[in-house]
Amino acid sequence: MSLLEVDGVVARYRDFQALSEVSVRVEEGEVLAIVGANGAGKSTLLGSIAGMVEVSAGTLTFDGRSLRGLAPHRRVDLGIAMVPEGRRLFPSLSVRENLQVGAHRRRPGPWHLDRVLDLLPLLARLTDRPAGTLSGGEQQAVAIGRALMANPRLLLLDELSLGLAPIVVRQLYQSLPSIVGAGITVLLVEQDLTQAMTSADRLYCLQEGRISLHGRPPDLDRAQITTAYFGAGR
Amino acid sequence: MTWVNAVTQGILLGGLYALFATGLSISFGVMRLVNLAHGDLAVLAAFVSWSIVDRLGVGPFATLALVVPALGLGGYLLQRGVLDFVVSADPLRGILVTFGLAVVLQNLLLEHYSANAKGLDAGGLETASFRLTDQLAVGWLPLLTLGVAVAVLGGLSAFLRWTRTGRAFRAVADDLRTARLMGIDTRHVFGLAMALALATVALGGVFLGIRTTFSPGAGPGLLLVAFEAVIIGGLGSLWGTLVGAMVIGVAQTVGAQIEPGWSILLGHLVFLAVLAVRPQGLFGRVGRT
Repeated sequence: MSLLEVDGVVARYRDFQALSEVSVRVEEGEVLAIVGANGAGKSTLLGSIAGMVEVSAGTLTFDGRSLRGLAPHRRVDLGIAMVPEGRRLFPSLSVRENLQVGAHRRRPGPWHLDRVLDLLPLLARLTDRPAGTLSGGEQQAVAIGRALMANPRLLLLDELSLGLAPIVVRQLYQSLPSIVGAGITVLLVEQDLTQAMTSADRLYCLQEGRISLHGRPPDLDRAQITTAYFGAGR
Repeated sequence: MTWVNAVTQGILLGGLYALFATGLSISFGVMRLVNLAHGDLAVLAAFVSWSIVDRLGVGPFATLALVVPALGLGGYLLQRGVLDFVVSADPLRGILVTFGLAVVLQNLLLEHYSANAKGLDAGGLETASFRLTDQLAVGWLPLLTLGVAVAVLGGLSAFLRWTRTGRAFRAVADDLRTARLMGIDTRHVFGLAMALALATVALGGVFLGIRTTFSPGAGPGLLLVAFEAVIIGGLGSLWGTLVGAMVIGVAQTVGAQIEPGWSILLGHLVFLAVLAVRPQGLFGRVGRT
């Protein structure tokens, strides 16, 4: 049984069908990447898993349990945590408080404040700063730490690289092996194809709300992915 | 000396206004809800207290033990049962629904208690005072009211600053969507915020009833004062709300000193002046969304 089974999921924003019968399986312990162009439905897919986007058809099953009708906080209880697109820290709260909010409904597990600060050492000297005053890379690190504080089984990472310098993105992705090593399954959405190919065990490509390709990065060549990504040559 | 006296009485009056304004500050800060029934809920609390005094023969302060929890519980149920369904979609709907609630409350109070003004008898405390100087006397009741207001605001500040639920309140105020994503049950937080708002306004209502007489139509006037105090202090700043309440209080007592009819007027004028010069309020943060 897969940790997460997304089966035939349809999601709409008014008239626009953002996801058309998307099916994705996430196996326990893997890093799965979803790539695709802007508006392909990547963030909508993550939102539907986290409970922020309403699904009009299809099923989502997490560890054998249907997620249908479950509020976001109930999904956090089950072990789904998210790093949202654009970081979305609580700007008036300090870094420490942001991390503590992540632990609001923490499940039992290894992640706590000290361990998060060990994993993301640049945060150690920032704990008392208001989160609104941090740089983009620092904010992204807080957002990752905040999600880990919930002790998730599945970590959803939405556009980690968005608006950040390449060197900062590399530093953030360096924390990924430690997260996976702690037994957390990672589902990441990424526009940076190279980063996705190097980090992920498996990769799905979304195009206009449909899965256009999936496989293991070594088995896929760039031309195939480019076609699946942009829809060129169809 | 008469001016010193006016300012002193105004600061003390600010304590009462702060008790009205605190709940409004909470409900706006946490759920962006402008509760137009807030003043009527204070009047409701005063009438409920009056009924308990009438039936059980206890003093008005003793009724707080019932009135405050009852309005707190009512606030939670009101939020979860009614406001939750209308507020999330569109702030305008919250205004309409609470306006409707205000009209309903006023008419129910009128129906049940008649239009006659009522008062709460605290056994002489309402007129007792002590002298600071020959010409400056301070009433025990206004002083007690201010003390209670400061204690309530201090308690709320500590709650927001140090507790897990208080942190969740601030997270929700910062970013509702993300707060939900982080596992905060935002409906429950909204319910608790409304419970706190109504518990504090219940205190305000009972203290108002001891200080002066009240009738079913008094709510909108109280709402206006509370609203002005919140705006002057700056949205989202609890201590700012206390200062805003004192500014209104002082403006009213100084206005009354100049000319008795100017009391309410000067309060409103000061509010407009602050709004013109510093629209974010005295302690408001600029650019807060």
